[in-house]
Amino acid sequence: MAAAEPLIRVENLVKHFVVRLGAFGEVGATVHALDDVNFDIMEGETLSLVGESGCGKSTTGFTLLNLHKATSGKVMFEGENIVSLDEKRMRPYRRQLQIVFQDPYSTLNPRMTVGEAVGEPILFHRLATKVELPERVARLLGDVGLPARFASRYPHELSGGQRQRVAIARALACEPKFIVCDEAISALDVSIQAQIINLLLDLQQKYRLTYLFIAHDLAVVRHISDRVGVMYLGRLAELATREQLFSNPLHPYTRALLSAVPEADPIIEKTRRRQILTGDVPSPLDPPAGCRFHTRCPIAMDVCRRVVPEWRDVGAGHHVACHAVGAVAPG
Amino acid sequence: MTAPAQDKPLLDVRGLTIEIDSRRGPAIIVDGIDLTVAKGETLGVVGESGCGKSLTMLSLVRLLPNKIRVKSGTADFAGRDLLKMSKAELREVRGGKVGFVFQDPMTSLNPVMRIGDQLAEPLIYHRNLSKAEAKDKAIELLRLVGIPAPEKRIGAYPHELSGGMRQRVMIAIGLACDPELLIADEPTTALDVTIQAQIVDLVRELRAKLGMSVVWITHDLALIAGLADRVAVLYAGTVVEDAPVDELFARPGHPYTRGLLASIPKLTDERTARLASIGGTPPEPGRRPAGCPFAPRCTLSEAICHERVPALEPLGTPTHRVACWVAQRQIREAA
Repeated sequence: MAAAEPLIRVENLVKHFVVRLGAFGEVGATVHALDDVNFDIMEGETLSLVGESGCGKSTTGFTLLNLHKATSGKVMFEGENIVSLDEKRMRPYRRQLQIVFQDPYSTLNPRMTVGEAVGEPILFHRLATKVELPERVARLLGDVGLPARFASRYPHELSGGQRQRVAIARALACEPKFIVCDEAISALDVSIQAQIINLLLDLQQKYRLTYLFIAHDLAVVRHISDRVGVMYLGRLAELATREQLFSNPLHPYTRALLSAVPEADPIIEKTRRRQILTGDVPSPLDPPAGCRFHTRCPIAMDVCRRVVPEWRDVGAGHHVACHAVGAVAPG
Repeated sequence: MTAPAQDKPLLDVRGLTIEIDSRRGPAIIVDGIDLTVAKGETLGVVGESGCGKSLTMLSLVRLLPNKIRVKSGTADFAGRDLLKMSKAELREVRGGKVGFVFQDPMTSLNPVMRIGDQLAEPLIYHRNLSKAEAKDKAIELLRLVGIPAPEKRIGAYPHELSGGMRQRVMIAIGLACDPELLIADEPTTALDVTIQAQIVDLVRELRAKLGMSVVWITHDLALIAGLADRVAVLYAGTVVEDAPVDELFARPGHPYTRGLLASIPKLTDERTARLASIGGTPPEPGRRPAGCPFAPRCTLSEAICHERVPALEPLGTPTHRVACWVAQRQIREAA
C-alpha cells in the first residue's frame, strides 16, 4: 500500500504549446494543454489520471517526465526539480522514471530483436556487462511472462499482447522506481487486457513500483487504482481515493463521466438514468474563462463563468475544483 | 424487444463463408456464420479483433476489400439474397434500405465535399428529391442527430468538425433514407465516453421512432448490455454463442463468453484482486485449429473439442444457442 511520503510532487505544473495557424503560419496561438496542476504520487501507489481526449492527461505524463519542457511549475523527485534539468543532468533520473506507451508496435524498433530492445537500456546505463546480458534479458522476459527464446524474435512476429509485454520488460530493464503507463492497455483486446493488468499488478508487488496510470477506460481504472484524478481541458477537476471517487464523486464533470460509462449488466443498464452532457469539449486554444467546465455544466452559476475555482481539499485528501461543492456537500 | 418467432426475419444470413488469398493459398476467415435480425430488433455482434465481425457485415453490402471474397452462403434481406444481387439492385439497397455507419468518419467521409452535399447525395439518388428538398432534409437530419445550428453546418467540411460531430454526420448519412436496417460497425469506439453516451442515446431514440432494425458491431460487452435485444458472440470466424441479452449476461454458456465477461473489471472487485483472464491468444485469421477454434485456449476442452467442430445448437431454451461440446453435454446430463 501507499506510504506517507510522496515519491513525486507536482506543483503548479503548466504546459502551453505555441502553434502556428493560418495558411502561412502567420497567426501564433497558444494551446493551454496543462494549467496549474498539483498532485502527489505516493511511493508504491497507483495514481490514475482519467479524462477525455485533449484533457491533458498524456501531456501530464510527458511533462512530468521532462519529455516535454514544462512552461512553468515544478516536479520534485528525490529532492530535485527534474523539469528544470537539461537532458544530460536528467540522465541519472531517466533510469528510474520509465514510460510504457499505448502502441508498442510504433515504439519498438522493427529491426531490433526483442533481446536487443530489452538489452539496450541495460547497456546504456551500464547495469550489466555484455556477458551478463543474455541472462538479464531472459530474467526480464520471464518477469513479463515470455519464454527466453523470444529474445531472438522481431516485433512483427509477436501478437499485440506479447509486444506490450516486451515494452514493459524494456521499461523494467533499468530497475525503475516509477512507470508512467500511458494508455498502455487501451489498444488490447478484452481477454488480453486482463492478462496485462494482472501482470502490472504482479510487477508492482514484486518490485514495489509506483505507477501513474493514464487511461480513459474507467472500469479498468476503478480496478487498479489507489487514487484517481479526473482532468478536464487541461485542469484537474477532482482527485480522490478510488472508493471516494467512485462512490462519492463531487465534481459535476466526474458525475457525468461516471454516468456515461456502460456497465456490463443488462438489468442495470435498462433501469439506470444517465446524465448526458450536451455539446463538445471546447478548444484548448481558447479555453472558457472561469471554470473550464461551465459551458457544459448542468449546475453552472454566474461565478463559474468568471472565477477559476480553487483546487482545495474537502477532507481526507479528496480534492476538487468546483464553486458548487461545499455549498451542497459539506466536507 | 424480440419479435415473435413466427415472423420471418428481416435479415437471414446462412452459412456465410469468407476466404482470403494469403501467401499460403486461400484461407477461410469467416466459417459458416448464421445470423438473423428480426424487424425492429437490435442485434449486438461481439468479438475481439480479427474474429471476422467487420468482414461479415462488409460482405452483406458487398464492400469486401480486394483478395477477400464470399465463398459460400446466403444473406436473405426482405426476400432477396444480398450476395447474389446485380450491381444495379445493390445500388438500390445500399444507402437506401440498408444504412451503414463505419468506425472512422475521417476515412469514410469525403474530405473535399461539404457535409450537406454528402447528406444530400443519397436523398437525391434514392428518394428522387430535388436539390432544394434534399438540402432541407439534410438540415432536418443534422438536427435529428443533435448537431447545433444545422443550417450553418451543412456548409462545413469534415475537417472543421470534431470527432463526435463527424460521427453524428456519419449516422445522419446512414439514416438519410429511413433504412429498414442500420449496420453500425464500432461507431463509438473512437469517441470519448460522454460522446458515446450521447450517440447511444440517439440510436435508441431513433430506433424507437423509426422502428428500424440495427446490427451493432463492437468489442465492448458493457456497451452492448444496454443496447442490444440479442447478442451473437464471434470467435475466430464462427458464432460461438447467440442469445437474448439478459440470458447471455445471466447464463453465458460458452467458455469463451464466460471468459470475456469475467475479464471485465467489476465495481465490487478488490483493487489487488486478479482479473480472470483467458490464457493464450486468438488464432491468426486463416490459421484456425481443427475442431473447436477456442479449444487451444479453453480450460474445459476434451479430446473431441480438438477433433470435431461443435455445431451452434440450443442450450436449454430454443433462443439460446451455443457451439460447445462440453456445455451441450453438461446440459444433457443435467436434464
